[in-house]
Amino acid sequence: MHEPSRRKLLTLAAMAPFAGIAAGSPVAGTAEADVAPPSPRERIRQRYFPNVALRTHDGRQVRFYDDLVKDKIVTINFFYAKCDEICPVVMANLARVQQLLGERVGRDIFMSSITLKPEDDTPAALERYAAMHGARPGWSLLTGERADVELLRRSLGFTNPDPRVDKDVTQHIGNVRYGNEPLMLWAACPGQARAEWIAESISWVIRPEARPAPAMDRAPDGKLPPRARP
Amino acid sequence: MFYNALGERVSRRRYREMLAAARNRRELIAAGLTSRRDLFKMGLLTASGMLVAKHGLSTRAWAQPFQQGTANLCAGAGLPASPPTRAFIEPLTIMPVAQTVGSLTPAPTISPNVGAGEVRAAAHQAPGLGFPFPPPKLYSFTQKALQVSQSPDLPLQTVWGYTDGVHAGSPGPTYAAHYGVPQLTRNRNALPPVTQNGGFGIPSVTTHLHNGHTPSESDGNPCDFYEIGHFCDQYYPNVLAGFNSDHQPNGDINESLSTLWYHDHRVDFTSQNTYKGLLGFYLLFNQFDTGDEHSGFRLPSFPQFDVPLAFADKVYDPTSRQLAFDLFSLDGILGDKFLVNGKIQPFFQVKPRRYRFRLLDTGPSRFYEFFLTDPNNLGASNPFYVIANDGNLLPAPVQVQSVRIGVAERVDVVIDFRPFAGKTIYLENRLNQLNGMGPVNAGQCTDVNGNPVPTMLPAGQGNLLLQFRVSGTPVEDDSADPATQTFYQLPSTNVAPRITRTFKFDRLNGQWSVNGQFMDCHTFRFQVQQNSVENWILANATGDWTHPIHIHLEEHQILSRNRQPPPLAVERSRKDVTQLHPNERVLLFFRFRDWLGKYPIHCHNVVHEDHAMMGLWHVQAEGDDVLVP
Repeated sequence: MHEPSRRKLLTLAAMAPFAGIAAGSPVAGTAEADVAPPSPRERIRQRYFPNVALRTHDGRQVRFYDDLVKDKIVTINFFYAKCDEICPVVMANLARVQQLLGERVGRDIFMSSITLKPEDDTPAALERYAAMHGARPGWSLLTGERADVELLRRSLGFTNPDPRVDKDVTQHIGNVRYGNEPLMLWAACPGQARAEWIAESISWVIRPEARPAPAMDRAPDGKLPPRARP
Repeated sequence: MFYNALGERVSRRRYREMLAAARNRRELIAAGLTSRRDLFKMGLLTASGMLVAKHGLSTRAWAQPFQQGTANLCAGAGLPASPPTRAFIEPLTIMPVAQTVGSLTPAPTISPNVGAGEVRAAAHQAPGLGFPFPPPKLYSFTQKALQVSQSPDLPLQTVWGYTDGVHAGSPGPTYAAHYGVPQLTRNRNALPPVTQNGGFGIPSVTTHLHNGHTPSESDGNPCDFYEIGHFCDQYYPNVLAGFNSDHQPNGDINESLSTLWYHDHRVDFTSQNTYKGLLGFYLLFNQFDTGDEHSGFRLPSFPQFDVPLAFADKVYDPTSRQLAFDLFSLDGILGDKFLVNGKIQPFFQVKPRRYRFRLLDTGPSRFYEFFLTDPNNLGASNPFYVIANDGNLLPAPVQVQSVRIGVAERVDVVIDFRPFAGKTIYLENRLNQLNGMGPVNAGQCTDVNGNPVPTMLPAGQGNLLLQFRVSGTPVEDDSADPATQTFYQLPSTNVAPRITRTFKFDRLNGQWSVNGQFMDCHTFRFQVQQNSVENWILANATGDWTHPIHIHLEEHQILSRNRQPPPLAVERSRKDVTQLHPNERVLLFFRFRDWLGKYPIHCHNVVHEDHAMMGLWHVQAEGDDVLVP
């Protein structure tokens, strides 16, 4: 997709406010003229997708937006390796989702699982964890600086409004976001839902003409046929 | 350069406005309780004539998400997110009555006309039970993108609405339906391609008739969605519950419905699609509730004195000034702009007489408590009558000083403007809600000075939603005095249920759930026996959260809240949405009659609903014995 150069300028400009906000006050600086409003897609990027540096379980250096989200169909969730409550279920589900989505994962669908314990979950630890769950190319387990991971978590809305609960990592949000970045279609489903249902949900954000199965093949009440798996 | 609380670049002018608004707010707080009247006036308008946003800013749109996320139970006061808009300078829009068509092409078919692009879950049930096909009234509705003005201070907004072929709008045209006159609506999806969604919304729809006693294939089930270019014929029999069971052949008059609404129900995307505008009213009249104040119950005449009001709270992007939606909220979304019938804070010119208003909370997540406020007499309580709950006329009108509703609930009220002749008064929401959890719970929050944040705001300090300009000239009023009226009896609940089922609403690691399970279009939780009585227990396991729980097909009555009879007189009613308050256990009574098929139970905080706080069930000839489905 062609990106106008103005977009790059806006990207740079958008990085500045984080520093100001972290200092706890609105940033006031030199005067500036009114600027043309960015596109809705650009607004979504600014609002939700900080372009922080992360490392993948196979040792690659990536940028969250540029390399994992931009122009892609994605799933995003948070976990940590030593989580023995919901993470094993969610990660096993995601492994199954990857199987169900087949070769599209790594081609136009990309799955990102971000650790909530970046100090413990080094790329090496994540590599072992990925192997345990049978993650294949196209599904990245990610670690990074704690502040960056926290920024991502908050920007992506994986928070609890009760600060006590929010601090308790064992009660972290178990949902899986799914979306199509260029189409601006975003939703989420429980990570503990049926893997087949998660995969079907992801199919909704694929352009209708590119979907693996008909969007509507509904049958009369209660006698829903087994759906064609994507 | 200047930035707002979102970290977004803003112009110098906008930044000054933000500072002024924040300063005004501090002044308002400092002014405290010393002069309520001044406070009201200051709170209403700044020196520049702009309305100050005081309460209920979107938790994430507002709350410095990059720094704080939503990990703050008491988030809510701060810099306004939406651009300023003036209040009460545009008149209320009254949605036109939906127009019928003489025929549909291709003609409706009993089985889904798949070849022509129809998507319907099953053949129509109604013709098999003696209903005419095609029915006498036909409507051709189309979902499409519209350019509308929601405020003269904002650019035109692209919303999604409905057209009946004559009128287009959001809210869509109002159906004026009559019992005994079945109808069919062809709902056609002509939304723009997905590349033109403007940042949120999926052009894939299913239109639910909320509280319709509707056969399941026409109900607008969340799983029966369809794509652009497809359509669904929805048969609305407009028949009383019991017609095919305990009250043959015409049904039970005490099950009469009156204020229904239609809205998109697309699984996982209902919040986005309804926020984008896919909703409208469906009014159902009968021989008592006639729409004419000279007959039947003599309720104020439709449409002149019987006015549906759809409430919505929204956020506008401070830079583009276009409608914005928080795509990544799990908790619920609040807006800082209040719309009535698609306009931000309109005014309504009324006569000094009785009006019936049908108040609807369209969400996405806000609860309202409505008061009448006279700015020149803030200490006065201005009573009015609640005549219907969820569109169901009560046994008798109940006089109140306020009434609270949650998302999707309706309350019909009769307001007599005679005492206010020549004055300007307001419909005000005084319920304090700071985030998606529901109204502020007592003791939950403190303000910057350490004072408790109240659940109910003082008169004049809430959200002024609608301005009534009452003319001074006396007029004729042939409507009945609510104080003297009675309506229908409540159907008996003194019947042993075939089964009592329990539904626990919970949040499991942020995943909204019903009995530990999640919405899945291929999983049916339980089977209700046709023409049987069931009791359902709704249990709130989410602590401080309030959930408006909605059940399709049949209404319920609230037998108890935490084992006590419902405390509010207006809740001794038939209902289709019940507010499940913190730590509550509510016992409901149901009769499931007449129609077969699949229906959902779900939270109607549409953000919770879209994150799987929903389950499907069936009505079949045989029921099952699943106690905790």
